[in-house]
Amino acid sequence: MLSNLRQLFRYRGLIQILVARDLKARYRGSVLGFVWSFINPLLLLLVYSFVFTYIMRRGEEVDLEPYAVFLFCGLLPWTWFSSSLSEGANALIVGGNLIKKVMFPAEILPVVAVVSNMIHFLFGLPILFGFLWFYAIPLRLTELVWFPLVMTVQFILTLGLVMVLAALTVHFRDIKDLLANLLTLWFFATPIIYPMSALSGRLRFMMDFNPFAHVAISYQEILFYDGPFGHWKWLLALAVGGTGLFMLGYWLFDRLRDSFADEV
Amino acid sequence: MPAIELDHVSKVYRRHGRRRQFATLKSALLTGSLVRHLRPDESFSALSDVSVAVPRGACYGIIGRNGSGKSTLLKIVAGITKPTSGIVRVKGRVSALIELGAGFHPEISGRENVFINGVMLGLSRREISDRFDEIVEFAELEDFIEAPVKTYSSGMYMRLGFAIATHVNPDVLLVDEVLAVGDEGFSLKCLDTFAEFKRRGKTILLVTHGLSMVERFCDEAVWLEAGQNRTTGDPTRVVQMYLADVEQAEDQHLAAEDAKAQQTPVTQASPGPMSEPVAEEAALAPPEEATGASAADAPDDDEPPADMFAAKEGRWGSGAVRIEKVTLEGDRGPAHVFHTGDRMTIRMRVIAAQPVDDFAFGISIFSIDGVCCYGTNTNIEEMESESLEGEGEVVFAIERLDLVEGTYKLDVAVHKRDGYSYDYHRLLYTFRVKSRTKDAGIYRPSHTWRFTDNVRFKEPDRGSDD
Repeated sequence: MLSNLRQLFRYRGLIQILVARDLKARYRGSVLGFVWSFINPLLLLLVYSFVFTYIMRRGEEVDLEPYAVFLFCGLLPWTWFSSSLSEGANALIVGGNLIKKVMFPAEILPVVAVVSNMIHFLFGLPILFGFLWFYAIPLRLTELVWFPLVMTVQFILTLGLVMVLAALTVHFRDIKDLLANLLTLWFFATPIIYPMSALSGRLRFMMDFNPFAHVAISYQEILFYDGPFGHWKWLLALAVGGTGLFMLGYWLFDRLRDSFADEV
Repeated sequence: MPAIELDHVSKVYRRHGRRRQFATLKSALLTGSLVRHLRPDESFSALSDVSVAVPRGACYGIIGRNGSGKSTLLKIVAGITKPTSGIVRVKGRVSALIELGAGFHPEISGRENVFINGVMLGLSRREISDRFDEIVEFAELEDFIEAPVKTYSSGMYMRLGFAIATHVNPDVLLVDEVLAVGDEGFSLKCLDTFAEFKRRGKTILLVTHGLSMVERFCDEAVWLEAGQNRTTGDPTRVVQMYLADVEQAEDQHLAAEDAKAQQTPVTQASPGPMSEPVAEEAALAPPEEATGASAADAPDDDEPPADMFAAKEGRWGSGAVRIEKVTLEGDRGPAHVFHTGDRMTIRMRVIAAQPVDDFAFGISIFSIDGVCCYGTNTNIEEMESESLEGEGEVVFAIERLDLVEGTYKLDVAVHKRDGYSYDYHRLLYTFRVKSRTKDAGIYRPSHTWRFTDNVRFKEPDRGSDD
């Protein structure tokens, strides 16, 4: 396991250059180019807040104003998470040429998928903070120190899941289609468009088993809600669970590694 | 100590079938391998028990037919795929020219792709910066290096890939049939690069169908046949053995075709547009009369009818005299593959149902695109038929088959002197002519070159006709 991590560290140059390639290639040929990285989350936010403010009217929940900001706190990390999963699951197949034709460490591909989506997340942050500033939502330094930690936990959790999915998708192409639908369900099963406080009883209990719910709530508590960060126990539990998942994912990936070049 | 060592290496691929997916996934998780426990009917053995040791600084050529496992071997040496059993040891940095430019991203510029590809091949960014100009110059892409790779022609793409792969300064270079790309000039440059590598004591493993290159360039040749190491040794010897084997296989293939041709049913009426109106009558009239009428229409034998050349392969005639069996023979018995200048004997067994006194035997040789290379018959050569009864043999002996390399088809026939067919075999027999000299045309006259003393040529490196 440790040697695997060292290996991954040794390939950081390659990861770096591939992430840069991904980002460059994505907007190559478009007029606005890199600006899309900022416009995309903005447009997404616009669509969601329009739908949930004017079409699907919410009840009178005072603590959700301004709603757009609340939404953005969950939506931005969710985009990172879900895009990483759907791109990462497919990464080995899309990068099949590399695995089959070049000596290439396969684990780089899912890592690149997660990292390049993280960069997009980072591009979205200035807009999020712009909103927070615009609506004069108070930010406390004692809370903000948790922010990188939440990101780290999310990163490890996502990478672990992506490792499992990427390795299995090589053998079961069905996962790709299944995953798309599962992610839609997952989105609505996570307190992003609604607050956790809207749930009660059984639903609330079940929500505790949704790992991404804790990620979303953490972001919301740090950025949106006033008062001290109360969700840290859950976050630490998630950090432990996420690390376990990552180790399991890497183990599985390693086990199936030899079959990739033959099966892709 | 060899630079590349394969020790009893086997590679088994699973066949594409998804039935036992879950079972195999389970075994994969338990044992780490997907193929080890497959039953034979679900697996395909690409390499079986191959052992090769390439000493440092040597150039080995791998030859063999399509699907004999050459590329699999290269991929195993490159570490792209793992052998199912056996041990592979490779010393030093490996660069594989298996699929050039496999890691290129079409949307970004050639410059950025050089960096990415270089990092993938194990260079640091600094090293690439140092070699960048050299790479671009080698690939002859100075004017296009800033353009996205998707705008490159396939030749440009390959050149860039080749340039990067050879500039990573590998200790071991694996080459898989990549010289087919690029124009003549670039191919020569690639060969120069290989020669340079050889001089610097690098190890090269070369997979190619260009046998002359193996002979010229390699120290040893490995002949793979159906995943097994058939033989390893002196390139000239191994290439000769391989060529002989290929000829033999071709021979068998042609022999099988001939066997099929011998069974072509005889059509009673003559084919071709000229005889078509008659053929319509033939439907009403008894067959004997119909063929007789068509033969009467046919022009003189001195000039074969035009429609005969248009006719497709087949067999026709009255059957009064039949050609039962046609055999092509070389110096060592029946053959279908000959070398330019070989002796060739066409042997026909003929049977006359009733004694006949009016008959002629003919043969013609056609090139595969339908050009008549040569045609003759006993009548043209002013041999007057006297009698033929029962079973006999007709031999047409060609002292020197002076045709250039290619595939040829043969007509044989027995007919009346006026052209009325007894038994006409149209293009039913195929033979192949091979030659080490790639001269053009159809016919190679037996020839020599002579020069005055002031015109000189270098002595050839190796005797080519041994």
